[in-house]
Amino acid sequence: MSATPAPVAAAPAQRAPAVTRGSLVGLVVLGGLLVLACLLSLAVGSRSIPLGTVLHVLLHPDGSDASMIVHTLRVPRTALGLAVGTALGTAGALMQGHTRNPLADPGLLGVEAGASFAVVVGIYAFGITQLSGYAWFALAGAGLASAAVFAIGSSRGGPNPVSLVLAGTAVSALLYSVAQAILLRDVDTLDDYRFWAVGSVAGRDLDVLLEVLPFLLVGMLLAAVSASTLNLLQLGDDVAASLGLHPMRHKVVGILAVMLLTGAATAACGPVGFVGLVVPHVARFFSGVDYRWVLPYSALIGALLVIATDILGRVVVRPAELQVGIVMALVGGPVFIWLVRRSRMVRI
Amino acid sequence: MTTNPTQGTRLRAESVTVGYGEEPIVRNLTLAIPDGRVTTIVGPNGCGKSTLLRTMARLLTPTSGSVLLDGGPMHDLATKEVARRLALLPQSPVAPDGLLVRDLVARGRHPHQRWFSQWSRHDEEVVTAALTMTDTAHLGERPLEKLSGGQRQRAWIAMTLAQDTDLVLLDEPTTYLDLAHQIEVLDLVTRLNRERQRTIVMVLHDLNLAARYSDLIVAMKDGTIAATGAPAEVFTPRLLDDTFGLSADVVPDPRTGLPLVIPISHRSSGLPDARSHVSHS
Repeated sequence: MSATPAPVAAAPAQRAPAVTRGSLVGLVVLGGLLVLACLLSLAVGSRSIPLGTVLHVLLHPDGSDASMIVHTLRVPRTALGLAVGTALGTAGALMQGHTRNPLADPGLLGVEAGASFAVVVGIYAFGITQLSGYAWFALAGAGLASAAVFAIGSSRGGPNPVSLVLAGTAVSALLYSVAQAILLRDVDTLDDYRFWAVGSVAGRDLDVLLEVLPFLLVGMLLAAVSASTLNLLQLGDDVAASLGLHPMRHKVVGILAVMLLTGAATAACGPVGFVGLVVPHVARFFSGVDYRWVLPYSALIGALLVIATDILGRVVVRPAELQVGIVMALVGGPVFIWLVRRSRMVRI
Repeated sequence: MTTNPTQGTRLRAESVTVGYGEEPIVRNLTLAIPDGRVTTIVGPNGCGKSTLLRTMARLLTPTSGSVLLDGGPMHDLATKEVARRLALLPQSPVAPDGLLVRDLVARGRHPHQRWFSQWSRHDEEVVTAALTMTDTAHLGERPLEKLSGGQRQRAWIAMTLAQDTDLVLLDEPTTYLDLAHQIEVLDLVTRLNRERQRTIVMVLHDLNLAARYSDLIVAMKDGTIAATGAPAEVFTPRLLDDTFGLSADVVPDPRTGLPLVIPISHRSSGLPDARSHVSHS
């Protein structure tokens, strides 16, 4: 056993062929695209308004038709799309990161089912018909479902992502079936519910956004502080603990952030699928594996995707519109299949 | 062979009992890890050697007894404080695809970082030194999953090295490696011990490698210690039979003089093979 290291046999510094990593430039480009998408979202619709006019009435509301449309319809809609997309993109990245499962979707935690169930109850039992009224029920339902999922999923040895997902699936199945039972019995409830359940950013005013904003902000804050610990959790619980982390504590915080973000987004505009599932894959494609980049990339790409999809829904069947939830499923499905087929499913 | 004659012990288990459920896996076990030495835990499958190692790294909490680090109960210390003194590399660690070797090694600096001072010049130097020591500096910009098994294990060891702890615990560091890479990894472990004065505790399956690379052998059976001592003291035909249920000859390694375990196959005696006559002569 010689103590001297064997000399390396002339190993040339092998450079990997361009490994993708996040960068500020990437974030700036995404931010620019997002601003562009927001402007388009203000301009495009059943009645399109030239971008110049949009900018003018944004700064100087003049009571004209164009000004009214921009301020009362398209600004709330765009702001909502921005908030919901950011929340769902971030929630998706957190969810896949904490479960280390590339197919994990925030909906697996039962939050959306809880929101849906509560809205059904709100319509059926309390006669709520206003969208802003639904938001409170949805928030309460999302919160109660989250609490139930935590209680069931942490009965033995504390909560962990796998048991939480299982509990979430069980709670979802239960709540959806009760909601279905009510909807099948009562056609009037179904009639109101379907407008919420389809997932849309249209027809909501800014009040809805303000109601859910605190939850979104807390969720985003928790996401931001968990980014660097998420990097360590990717190395497995043992390594993370050996590096000085309490894996369980950080996972609970992460899952809590997912519930806050998903619950708030669902309360604001109904369930919108695919964002949380697809966006993190797209983000990682550009940002690499470092969650300090994955999370902001996912937030921006999520917002971009929801706003772009909403714009698409306004032009494909003009003068009518398709709700963002429907377009997302139509676009998101094939995009996801393409993603899965073009690169083998990565380990995360 | 040892260069450091001190008999201090920073890490010790005192009457430790650990179990996942009702049945304890490690029972009333006391063990002092000598500073500056290489200690290897061996034993048959399910004897509790990994459980003991994980308990000594604070990943498991003893149901009774305690693990002492620098004289105090380890479980009273903050996790991050433990991480500044002791590193554990678990068996077959996982990493996300696309993680670069250098970024992996940099994560070993986490216990030394504060949220207000994220990455210092010192961190950079320690990471570079860890890469150089493990001979992975030229692989720094390559994704971990593109490396060979031996290279990948060296990168993981570089990460524990970047953690800059005196105590390094390795759970079966040679799993899934071919023999040449096992030697390569264990040579590196020896250098960590000799050149960097790290105290090493590891779990190994291969008895001959354990004999060759360890100052102290801890043989476990059924959650307790069957024997401890220098390889030549522990690896006797009698102990191998008692602990592993293995019939074996033990001969001196012609190169090092250390014990070499040669298992006796139950098959060989019944086979019409010329060599079987020799083995029983």
